[in-house]
Amino acid sequence: MAGEATTRVGIIACSGEEIPEGTISRLATLRVLHERRPGRTVTLCLPLFLAGDGNERAFAAKYPTIAVDGCAQRCAARGTEAYSARPAASVVVSEIVAACGLPAPQGRRRLDAAGRQAVDATVERIVELVDALAGGPVPAAGTGGDDPPR
Amino acid sequence: MSRSGSGRKVVVVPCSGIGKPYGTVSREAAYELCEELRPRTTALVALSRLVMGDAGAGRTVAGHPAIAIDGCKLTCAAKMVRVRGGTVAREVAVLDVYRCHRELKPEGIAELNDAGLALARVIAEEIVPTVDALAPPGGAEPAEGDEPPAGDGPLGGDEEDGDHGR
Repeated sequence: MAGEATTRVGIIACSGEEIPEGTISRLATLRVLHERRPGRTVTLCLPLFLAGDGNERAFAAKYPTIAVDGCAQRCAARGTEAYSARPAASVVVSEIVAACGLPAPQGRRRLDAAGRQAVDATVERIVELVDALAGGPVPAAGTGGDDPPR
Repeated sequence: MSRSGSGRKVVVVPCSGIGKPYGTVSREAAYELCEELRPRTTALVALSRLVMGDAGAGRTVAGHPAIAIDGCKLTCAAKMVRVRGGTVAREVAVLDVYRCHRELKPEGIAELNDAGLALARVIAEEIVPTVDALAPPGGAEPAEGDEPPAGDGPLGGDEEDGDHGR
C-alpha cells in the first residue's frame, strides 16, 4: 500500500570532527532523525561498532542503513560494512556539495552559509533514500521506541 | 609533529556521540580547546578515522599523548585511542564534569543550549593544565614528516573558522 511504512531505516553518520563536511553529516542526520522522519529512522554512533558490547554489530542487518559520510574516505560506509553489514545506501557530503554547485563549506564548529546549504541538500537526499527504503513517504505514527540512539 | 621540547603537541579525540547532548558537549569542548584555548599545542583527530584504522590518524595518536573526551560510559574515544596504539594521557568524562556543575544541564544535540556550551567551556578549561603540562605553550612547530589531521591547517588549530553564529 502506498504510504504504508513497513521498515525503519538506519542512518550512520561519520560525524568527522576534523572537517566541515563531517559536521554536515552529523547535522543532516540529526535533522532527518528528529524533524523529517522521526519514528521511521534510527541511528547509532559509528564507534560503537568497535567500542560497544557487540550487539551493535547487528544494526545494519536489522535495519536497511544509509551511511552518511563527509568525505571520500567514507568511514561510515566502510565501517558499517566492515563491522555490521553492507549499507543499503551511501551519501557523501562532498559529492553533494559538488553536484549542487555549492561553495566549499567552512567552519567545522559553526557552519557558514554554504555549510548550512549543504546540510539542507544532504537532508533532502537522505529523506529520499529513507522513503525509498521504508516503503513510502508518509511518516508512520507511534513507531518510536526500540533501539534509541546512544 | 615533534615529540619533545616546546614543539610537542597533544592529540584531542572527542567521542562522536550522536544520541545525547553529552556527545555534543564532548565535541564542543574539543573545539573550544583546539581552536580557542590551545590552538598551537593541540590537534583534533576525528574518531571515525581511528575506527577505520586510518594509517595517518593511527600514527598521530601513536606518536603523541592523547586526551579523550567521552560523552558516555562506553568511552569510545579512549578505547579507540588505545586500540590504535596511542596513550591516553587524560580521560575526561562529560558526565563526571556535569555532576560537579549541575547548574549546567546540557540540552539539544544538533544545537546545544547555553548551559551545554558553558559546560563544554568548563571542560575545555579543566583540560588546559594537562595540555600545558604535556606540551608547554611557547611554540609547537611541525616537524618534517608529521601527519597532519585531515582538513586541518598545519597540525590543527589554525583552521579558518568561518561563520560562528551560535
